Amino acid sequence: MQLYDMPDASGHFGQFGGTFVAETLVEALEELRVMYEKYRHDPVFLAEYAYDLKHFVGRPSPIYHAKRLSDKVGGAQIYLKREDLNHTGAHKINNTIGQALLAKRMGKPRVIAETGAGQHGVATATIAARLGLECVVYMGSEDVKRQAPNVFRMKLLGATVVPVESGSKTLKDALNEAMRDWVTNVHNTFYIIGTVAGPHPYPMMVRDFQAVIGIEAKEQMMEMAGRQPDVVMACVGGGSNAMGIFYPYIDVPNVRLIGVEAAGLGMDTGKHAAPLTANSPIGVLHGNRTYLMQDADGNIIETHSVSAGLDYPGVGPEHAWLKDIKRAEYVAITDDEAMAAFHNLCRTEGIIPALETSHALAYAEKLAKTMSKDQIILVNLSGRGDKDINTVAKLANITL
Amino acid sequence: MSRIQTIFTALKHQGKTALIPYITAGDPHPKHTVSLMHTLVKHGADMIELGVPFSDPMADGPVIQRASERALMHKVGLTAVLDMVKTFRETNQTTPIILMGYANPIEAIGATAFADRAKAADVDGVITVDYPPEECGDFVQQLRSRDIDPVFLLSPTTDQKRVDLIVNQASGFVYYVSLKGVTGAANLDITEVSQRVASIRTQTNLPVGVGFGIRDAATAKATAAIADAVVVGSRMVQTIEASNDENLLINVATLMDELKAAVDAAK
Repeated sequence: MQLYDMPDASGHFGQFGGTFVAETLVEALEELRVMYEKYRHDPVFLAEYAYDLKHFVGRPSPIYHAKRLSDKVGGAQIYLKREDLNHTGAHKINNTIGQALLAKRMGKPRVIAETGAGQHGVATATIAARLGLECVVYMGSEDVKRQAPNVFRMKLLGATVVPVESGSKTLKDALNEAMRDWVTNVHNTFYIIGTVAGPHPYPMMVRDFQAVIGIEAKEQMMEMAGRQPDVVMACVGGGSNAMGIFYPYIDVPNVRLIGVEAAGLGMDTGKHAAPLTANSPIGVLHGNRTYLMQDADGNIIETHSVSAGLDYPGVGPEHAWLKDIKRAEYVAITDDEAMAAFHNLCRTEGIIPALETSHALAYAEKLAKTMSKDQIILVNLSGRGDKDINTVAKLANITL
Repeated sequence: MSRIQTIFTALKHQGKTALIPYITAGDPHPKHTVSLMHTLVKHGADMIELGVPFSDPMADGPVIQRASERALMHKVGLTAVLDMVKTFRETNQTTPIILMGYANPIEAIGATAFADRAKAADVDGVITVDYPPEECGDFVQQLRSRDIDPVFLLSPTTDQKRVDLIVNQASGFVYYVSLKGVTGAANLDITEVSQRVASIRTQTNLPVGVGFGIRDAATAKATAAIADAVVVGSRMVQTIEASNDENLLINVATLMDELKAAVDAAK
């Protein structure tokens, strides 16, 4: 029995969330809300979704006990939920399949998406190819440069990648551009948002599709350790992998939920992407009310993180809510700390993690040291790091 | 009666349609904004829509996005915009000023404080693109209690039930967005707009303004024949973008004269 029951009927998590969009999109969101309500408990829809998760994605993803890492760190046992082993290499595909199946049922032949690191773009292009949908992905021109291999992957999958030149030329601008496309083409287009942000019902719907991570983890932890972890940890940009693993644990007492944001060059430098840790003011962006990095005039300020996937000035409204009700804690890890954890996992466990995920790993190492050997930290290993090798090589002054 | 209501009432008696040009405050440079506003009035603007620059203008096409970016390069935010209105009011106490922008700059100040400051600057109306009526009940109250008109957009996708909901919150006028898409997008279908405006009129006595897609004398005239106000945005901003310091006011005046003649010839 799930006691936690958010958001409310109009998509609010307390003062957060909601539907802050231009009038032209109101009808489209209402249509989506009605269709999602219709299908979210529909056995045929859920069976189709489950089939694809099993046979196309390769779920369930295993949980792995990182014994050598745990021993090396000294302290709590670190377990990893291996979303990096999913088809396309990250948790993003869990959500794109759900939304694409919904798009099919709504008779929309065209899907669009925004992407930062490119993982959500690749996951959208993948399912669009599989279902025969036209696919257009918006990506900041800065990110197009930073993530060239993923751009090529999307093109191989038949998607059109549109570089976005406006604003800071990163994830938030890609989202703006996707919204503009949607406003214009709302009659035949489904917008597949990649994170637990955007207007209602997106934060709820993306969370629900990602919740498979936590649902599996709860069962697997009983099999592997005979109990639930003391801490569940995940990195937070928009926050979809974190919501996916947190959500089924919200009602489980004595399990600490910790979200790890990007402290970039350091919280005191201002060059970070950690609105929750920085106690940023509340504002409205991309259709919802949440904590937002902004200046005194309410303009969004540029963020910094070594990982493109965390480089976002806001955070999903449910995280803002979980912070306010003190059900989850939020901390931040710098670029340097994340890089150290990245190399540590490569060398100690033979797993190359995504730079986003490396933030969660870095904080897991910090916290594990303060805990006893019989305690357990479960880290959502949200993605693999193959996409990041160019960034990592560049930081080390290595030419590939 | 608010300034906006006064103007619409007067124009109705004269059998005329209002011409409302849009400019982004601070574009191309903050030093030009107040003189641009006076030029617009001198050349036929019945009201002015003054855009508040925002870093993430999601409902705007490339033309108005670029205007926002130019203004933000000079750090023109909501506070600076209110100061410009104050300066404008030193020599003009009759032309209504309608601020148009996004929710977050208002949220950063707070609904009550914003309404106080807008009143102090003598702003007449506020359009907030991403505040649908369901999400801004308190804000609307704060504006209306200070006799500032909350102006709402209606779109081709707004059904009759929502038109009712929106016109109940709105005052001053309602603004029909004549096509799907962002500002400055493709051409408008005047027959369709005409039918929608007629339908909206069965649900409210508020004046109906029409904007999006009005780019020349011909479209301005056609729209003026069916609407109470014609809003010209992207075309105005394009003219500003293509001008330099010397010919800026002349070019804007020329465009306004054309549009005014077209609007006045419609009825």
